[in-house]
Amino acid sequence: MQSCTYLIVGASHAGLAAADAIRMIDPASPLILASRDSHLPYSPTILPYVVSGRSKAERTALRSEAFFKEKSITFLRQAQLQSINAEKGLAHFDQGTSIRFDKLLLATGAAPSLPAIPGLGDVAFHVLRTMDDALGLKTAMKGARRALVLGAGLIGTHAAENMAEAGMTVSIVEPQMQLLPGYFDSQASSLIEKAFEGHGIDLKFGRSVASLKPGVAVLDDGQDVPFDLLLIATGVRPALSYLDGSGIRIDRGILVDERQRTNLPAVWAAGDCAQVRLFQSEGTGVAGILPMAVEQGRIAGQGMVDDEGQKPFPGAVSLNTYSFFGQQAISVGAGISGADSPGTETVLRFDEGAKTYLRLVLKEDRLVGAASVNHPLDPGILWQLILRQTDLSDVKERFLADPKTTGRLLMSRLWR
Amino acid sequence: MGAFNSLTYNATICLGCGECMMACAKAKSGDADRFDQSRIKIVPAGDNKFEAALCRQCGDAKCVMNCPAGALTKNAASGVVDWNADLCVSCLLCTVGCAYGSITFESSVGHVAKCDTCGGDPACVKVCKSGALGYVTTASIYNDYGKQEDLFAPGLAACQGCNSELMIRHVLRRVGRNVVVAAPPGCIPGMGTVGYNGKAGAKVPIFHPLLTNTASMLAGLKRTYERQGRDVTALALAGDGGASDVGFQSLSGAAERGEHILFLCFDNEGYMNTGMQASSATSFGSWTSTTPVGDKLQGKRTDAKNLPMVMMMHNAAYVATASSVFMEDFYRKLDKALAASKQGFAYLHLYAPCPSGWRFPASLTIDVCRLMVESNFVTLWEYTPETGLVFTRPTDKPKPLESYLKAIGKYRHLAQEQVDRIKKLLEDRLAMLKRFVR
Ligand SMILES: Cc1cc2nc3c(=O)[nH]c(=O)nc-3n(C[C@H](O)[C@H](O)[C@H](O)COP(=O)(O)OP(=O)(O)OC[C@H]3O[C@@H](n4cnc5c(N)ncnc54)[C@H](O)[C@@H]3O)c2cc1C
Ligand code: SF4
Repeated sequence: MQSCTYLIVGASHAGLAAADAIRMIDPASPLILASRDSHLPYSPTILPYVVSGRSKAERTALRSEAFFKEKSITFLRQAQLQSINAEKGLAHFDQGTSIRFDKLLLATGAAPSLPAIPGLGDVAFHVLRTMDDALGLKTAMKGARRALVLGAGLIGTHAAENMAEAGMTVSIVEPQMQLLPGYFDSQASSLIEKAFEGHGIDLKFGRSVASLKPGVAVLDDGQDVPFDLLLIATGVRPALSYLDGSGIRIDRGILVDERQRTNLPAVWAAGDCAQVRLFQSEGTGVAGILPMAVEQGRIAGQGMVDDEGQKPFPGAVSLNTYSFFGQQAISVGAGISGADSPGTETVLRFDEGAKTYLRLVLKEDRLVGAASVNHPLDPGILWQLILRQTDLSDVKERFLADPKTTGRLLMSRLWR
Repeated sequence: MGAFNSLTYNATICLGCGECMMACAKAKSGDADRFDQSRIKIVPAGDNKFEAALCRQCGDAKCVMNCPAGALTKNAASGVVDWNADLCVSCLLCTVGCAYGSITFESSVGHVAKCDTCGGDPACVKVCKSGALGYVTTASIYNDYGKQEDLFAPGLAACQGCNSELMIRHVLRRVGRNVVVAAPPGCIPGMGTVGYNGKAGAKVPIFHPLLTNTASMLAGLKRTYERQGRDVTALALAGDGGASDVGFQSLSGAAERGEHILFLCFDNEGYMNTGMQASSATSFGSWTSTTPVGDKLQGKRTDAKNLPMVMMMHNAAYVATASSVFMEDFYRKLDKALAASKQGFAYLHLYAPCPSGWRFPASLTIDVCRLMVESNFVTLWEYTPETGLVFTRPTDKPKPLESYLKAIGKYRHLAQEQVDRIKKLLEDRLAMLKRFVR
C-alpha cells in the first residue's frame, strides 16, 4: 500500500494551491495528488474555451509532469475516491487501491446537479464540468443544428455562446426573468441579453422544462422545443457519496471552519466541495468560484504543513468576471443583482446606446458591491476594499465618479 | 529560485509628470499618447501627491493562481510574471486576483496587460526625472556572487546576526582564490576564519599577524610576490581596534608608502570578541565594558576617531566607506578598491553593527545598518586623489538620529545633552567631509 504524509484528492485549483503551499514549507515529505480525471490538471473554467476551440485541450494543463517531478509530488490519475477511514488514515479508491495518509485534503470540487424532469432518463444530454464533457460536447456539436440549454447561469450562457458562434440555433430556458440572475440586475442583464439576441439566441425566460422526450422538450407553458443537442446547466453541487460512513460532517458541502478543517483532526476540505463562512451574509455556503477555491486551497495547505503564515479564511465574497461576444461584465460583492436594500446607497450609470452599465453599492461609506458591463473596473481592488471594509468617506465623491482610478489610489496607499 | 530585480516606486517624491506612462505606452504600442497602453498607472492623490498602480511581480502571485488557462507564469529565472497571449482566453480572472490594479483589462487594448519590466530594462525608469521610479538590481548581484565559490568554510562561529561573516564571504567570493589574507586578532579570526582544531577556516592562504604588524607583514608578503613576478591580491580583514588603535602605526605607514594592499576594516566600534571593550572607534556615549554606565560615567566620554577620514588624509589611492545594506554600492567600491590596490594603497571601511555588543536583537542587524546610514550617523562616500570626495548616497534628508539611537541598547541611557552632542558632532563631521567634495 502506498503511504504519504499529505494526500490531496482533487487536482484542480484548490488541490494545486494546497500542494504549492505545502511545498513552500516542506519540500520533501511524500505528497500524493490524486484525481479521478485522466488528464493533467486543468481548470473547469477553461472548458467553454475548449468547446469553442480557442483553447486546445492539450494546452490547458495547469501543471506538467516535469513540475510534479521537480516538486516530488506523486500525481495519480484515474483514481476516484470511494471511501475514507479517517481513524486509520486510509483512503480507498476505485479499482481496489488504498492510500495511507497522515493528513488528507478533500478538494473534489462540485458536479453538475440535474433537475428532476420527467423523461430526463430517456434522452441524451450533456453537462460541462470535465474535459471529457467538453470534448464530448464539441464532438456532438458537429452533427447538431439545434441546441437547447437549460439554465442561464455562467456555464449555460458560456456554452450557448459557443454553440451560437459555431453556427447552431440555440435556445436557453431559464425560470427567472433574465440572464445571469444573482450576478446582475435586470438592467445590466438587458445589455447582455441584447448581445445574445443579436447573435440569434432565443431566450425563454420565466419558463421551465416540464418533460423531455427524445429530440423534444415540452415547456411548462405547453410549447414544444425541438433539439438535436441538450445541455443541462442548472447548477452544481458537491458529489460527496465517498464520505458515507466516514464521520465527516456535511450539509450542502463539507463543513469546515475558517482554517478549512473538517470535524476530524487530520482532514481538511477546500474549494467547491467545502461549505464555508460567507463574508457578506450570515451563515455558510458553497462559494463555487475559482478565486475562492484558490484561497481556501492555500489556507488548507498552510494548515496541513503548520505554516505560521496561515491566516484564517475571511469568508467568501462573490467575484465574477464574465466575457460574452467580446464584451466584458464584472460582478463583485453583494446588493447588485436586485433592488436596493435599506441603508445602502447606490450609484447607477446606464447608457443603453453605449452599452455601458455601472452600479456601485455602499453602506455606511463602505463598499458592498459593484457590477459593470463594458465599464472597466479592477475587481481585485474592489474585493480588497470589501474585505478591509475600507472607509471611503474621504474619497467618496471621487470613488463614485471614478471607481477604477480611486481604487488604485487607495490600494497603493493602503498597501504601504 | 534566486532573488529577483524589481521596480520600485517612491510616492513621496513622484512629480506626477506622467513621463513614465508615455514611455511605457511608447514601448508597448509605439504610441506615447496612448495612456491606455501604459502598464504603469500614476494616479493623482490630491495635494499634488501621486500614487501608482504597478505590477509587483509577486512571489506568490494570485493572478497566476487564478488563471484557468495557464497563461500566466512566474518566471523562475527573471522573477517576472509572464503573460502568454496565445494561451489567454480573456476571462479576466487574473484581474480578480490582483489587489494592485496591475494586471488590467482595457477594452481599447482588447486583452489584459501587465508590466514585463521590458525584459529587465524598464523604459519608465529611464525617463523618471524625480527618481521616484527605480530598478533595483541588487538581487542579480546576490545571484551572480552566489554562483562564485564561497572561500570560507561553512559554519564559522560568528555570533548570531553578525554581518561581518556575511561580508567577508561576499568579499572573498569577489576577490577569488588568488589572494593572501591577513586576519589580525579580532572577531574575524575569532569566528574561526584562520582555523580551529587544526583545520583551516578559509580555503585560501590566510595568516594571523599581530594586531600591531598586520599592514607591514602584508606589505612584505606583497612585495615578495611582486619580486617573484606574481600578481597576488594582498588583503587585510581587520577590526576597528586592529586598524585604528594597536595596528594604526603599521597601517598609517603602509598607506603613506603606497603599499599595494587592500585593507578592509570591519567597524563594530570596539573589541567585541574579548568582552566588548571600547576602542578609539567607539562612538560617544556608548556603553561598553570599559565605558560603563553608572553614577559617574554615562558611557564613552570621547568622540570616535573617524578612521576613514584619517585614511583619506593619507592621500591613499582609494578610500571608501560602505554598508551591508547597500550592496550595489559596496560591490562597486570593492571593485574599485581591488583595482586601486594593484597600484597603491586601498582602504575600505565597512560598518558592522554588533548585535551582541551593541545590544540589539540579532534579527535587526540589517535594519540597524540601514538606519545608521539613513540617519547620517555614518555617511557613504569614496575618495581618490583624482576625484576628491564623492558622496555615494544623499545626505540631505536624514531620518531622525533618535530613530537610530533608540534601536540600540548601548545608547539606552543617553541623556538629551549627550544626544545633542552627537547631533552636533555629526553635523560638524558632515560639514567637514563636504569640504573635500570638489
Ligand atoms: C464551464 C465552467 C465555467 C466556469 N467559469 C468560472 C468563471 O468564469 N469564474 C469562476 O470563478 N469560476 C468559474 N467556474 C467554477 C470554477 O471552475 C470552480 O469554482 C473551480 O474550478 C473550483 O475548484 P476546485 O479545485 O474546488 O474543484 P474542481 O475544479 O471542480 O476540481 C475538482 C477535482 O477533484 C477531482 N475529483 C472529483 N471527485 C473526485 C473523487 N471522488 N475522487 C478523486 N478525484 C475527484 C476532479 O477530477 C478534479 O480534479 C466555472 C466552472 C465551469 C464548469
Ligand atoms: S485573462 Fe488571460 S491571463 Fe488573465 S486569468 Fe484569464 S486567461 Fe489567464
